[in-house]
Amino acid sequence: MSVPLSACPACDAAPLAKAQAGKGYAGNGMEAKRIMLSLPHIYCAACIAGVEGNLAKQDGVRAARVNLTLKRATIDVDPDVEPETLANYLTGIGFEAYELDAGQLTSTATDKMGKDLLMRLGVAGFAMMNVMLLSVAVWSGASDATRDMFHWISAAIATPTVGFSSQVFFKSAWTALRVGRLNMDVPISLAILLALGMSLYETAQSGEHAYFDAALSLTFFLLAGRYLDYRTRSVARSAAEELAALEVPRALRLTDAGDEQVSVSDLSVGDIVRVVPGARVPVDGIVVTGESELDRSLLTGERLPVAAGPETIVSTGEVNLTGPMTVRVTAAGRDSSLHRMADLVAIAETARNRYTSLADKAAKIYAPLVHILALGAFFAWLWISGGDVRFALNIAVAVLIITCPCALGLAVPAVTTAASGRLFKQGMLLKSATAMERLAEVDHVVFDKTGTLTQGKPVMDENTQHRTQDLEIALALAEGSSHPLALSLTQAARAKGITPAEISTVREVPGKGIEGLWNGKTVRLGRAEWLGANAVGQTATYLSVSGARPVSFTFTDNLREGVDTAISALKAQGMGITLISGDVPAAVADIAGRVGISDWKADTLPEGKAEYVARLGKSGKRVLMVGDGLNDTAALAAAHVSISPASALEAARVVSDIVLLGQSMAPLGEATLMAKSATRRIKENFAIAAGYNAIAIPIALIGLATPLAAALAMSLSSVTVSLNALRLKKG
Amino acid sequence: MNVLVYLIPVSLLLGGGGLAAFFWTLRSEQYDDPDGNSQRILSDRWDDTPPEE
Repeated sequence: MSVPLSACPACDAAPLAKAQAGKGYAGNGMEAKRIMLSLPHIYCAACIAGVEGNLAKQDGVRAARVNLTLKRATIDVDPDVEPETLANYLTGIGFEAYELDAGQLTSTATDKMGKDLLMRLGVAGFAMMNVMLLSVAVWSGASDATRDMFHWISAAIATPTVGFSSQVFFKSAWTALRVGRLNMDVPISLAILLALGMSLYETAQSGEHAYFDAALSLTFFLLAGRYLDYRTRSVARSAAEELAALEVPRALRLTDAGDEQVSVSDLSVGDIVRVVPGARVPVDGIVVTGESELDRSLLTGERLPVAAGPETIVSTGEVNLTGPMTVRVTAAGRDSSLHRMADLVAIAETARNRYTSLADKAAKIYAPLVHILALGAFFAWLWISGGDVRFALNIAVAVLIITCPCALGLAVPAVTTAASGRLFKQGMLLKSATAMERLAEVDHVVFDKTGTLTQGKPVMDENTQHRTQDLEIALALAEGSSHPLALSLTQAARAKGITPAEISTVREVPGKGIEGLWNGKTVRLGRAEWLGANAVGQTATYLSVSGARPVSFTFTDNLREGVDTAISALKAQGMGITLISGDVPAAVADIAGRVGISDWKADTLPEGKAEYVARLGKSGKRVLMVGDGLNDTAALAAAHVSISPASALEAARVVSDIVLLGQSMAPLGEATLMAKSATRRIKENFAIAAGYNAIAIPIALIGLATPLAAALAMSLSSVTVSLNALRLKKG
Repeated sequence: MNVLVYLIPVSLLLGGGGLAAFFWTLRSEQYDDPDGNSQRILSDRWDDTPPEE
């Protein structure tokens, strides 16, 4: 096929882009660049028109198309347009937008597979309906030449269709057979091929029974199950990819020519990078210049910031709070501390991969059973009929078709599609195929504290002993800083209606605090050691007014929304709950008391967490781990099933089976119930399929099965199973 | 029974037409954004002048 040359390269890539590019700007001869923006809050027709219309008005934008299903905009622009500019512009006019790293999104490749399956499904559906039409005529009494002609037409439709649509099963069966294993696709392929071959032979012999419709409906129903399965997983994958793509990993590298922004993967050992306040440290390294404080909570779970200066060793994922620093890279990307943690994770993962899903368990019993049955039937009838191979083979094929795994093939995907769709609406993303089944078995939940149960944001405590004057001074000092405690103090003081005192020559002392002049006196807001204050046992900042006794402002980390709901729901389901954290005992005990968890552990190292979870697992508990930090990754991987919030570090999200997309923890309680209900439906579906077989197999074995009976059994069991899946408890 | 000579080709042709239409919808990416498509019908952007091909 030749590709016509076009003035609009984007239009060739995406036919729909043509609609938008038609009017106005069609490029300036340069190669177009494609950017993707995430639009998390877009939901209506007006939003689509607003985003597309406004983007089209921007300089350098050639085409813009919103995908509401994925909540994403694809924009073709001139090479010099920065994604950030467009994202900021959209956010500015009221459509919250974030830049996506297009390299992380492979949805185009996966889409190809989905389309391929859909195409095969469509062909199978078309062929099945046409052949069924002809079969009905045969069943209702067409005979002799008419029947033969109908059979031949059916053969002409069925043979190429099976060759095209059933390839999916043949390939998978062949892969399994080549390594000497049996999977569900082996009996499926055998049934389809034998049914087709037998029917062709019977047609040539002017026989009475042909199973063309059975071979096709088998293909159609099973492909439908396969497609559902694929859809569920691809939705999960694309959402997970989007989470990863939201974090565009960049670093500021210092060169002789000045700072340049580079991708973290381009950094090498020995490079110097600049880390500005508020930014995450992109690499492992050693501080060269600068004084600051580091928030290590994602790595250690400890909330209190740690001082850093030259020669301090910093790790990927820490957040720089106060002063700018330059860092010499000692390890980047795959070699960083994230990767070292991956070793721990890899060990735990192999343990989990040994989990066999219900579908695999069923296949293990089912595949050998039907083969033995069919083979047994063949030899038994060969002996009874005194050597009539054709008759015996007919019976064996009937047995294979009747035991059709249609219902089995639909039993699991129909339920998981329905259930994961419901969970997704509630903001839970199932990443792993067996996550649902594993979640249903959970009887103990282990929570991390910082960032999981809490929001990870300090809020200033109400204190009636604070004098208004102190607050005014503190506010004036805090206003200029981006330190989280200062931000929180500003917010709290503003909310109380405090006006800032008049202070001159304010300067931030990196790693220590803020200093200024008030009425000629030196005032300072910052760390206890700097002011010579007695530290209180809690997150706090201190204010001193020229030598007077320092005043402390204490802060508490607020609970994440929905934590109470989730914990009481889990308790009501009779689950054991443990809180485990790397933070100091006082802070952990406080949170444990507030949410009503009696079993808690503090000062736990990452290895300790993983060990604790593994020990619970060994004692027969099925553990659900909920965590967000790097210090949780090993424990997340060691648990039977794991959940992390969307705000978690990427490493934590990668090892988790489920990601909480929203802020609230509330869906957790319902998720376990939903998983239980889904697993029950899967088992019921297996029972239904087995029930049909219990009736149909004896009929086939004694040689009474007709193509009509086979078609009825197949359709009825498939429909019952699908309907049963929809009976899922309302979420 | 001679009517079958017309009816069977007709039924196959109609079915084939349906299949061809399905292929076309699949190729022109009409299943990529089901939510968006159901909303776009409410937009009056192309009401006066349809998009140029």
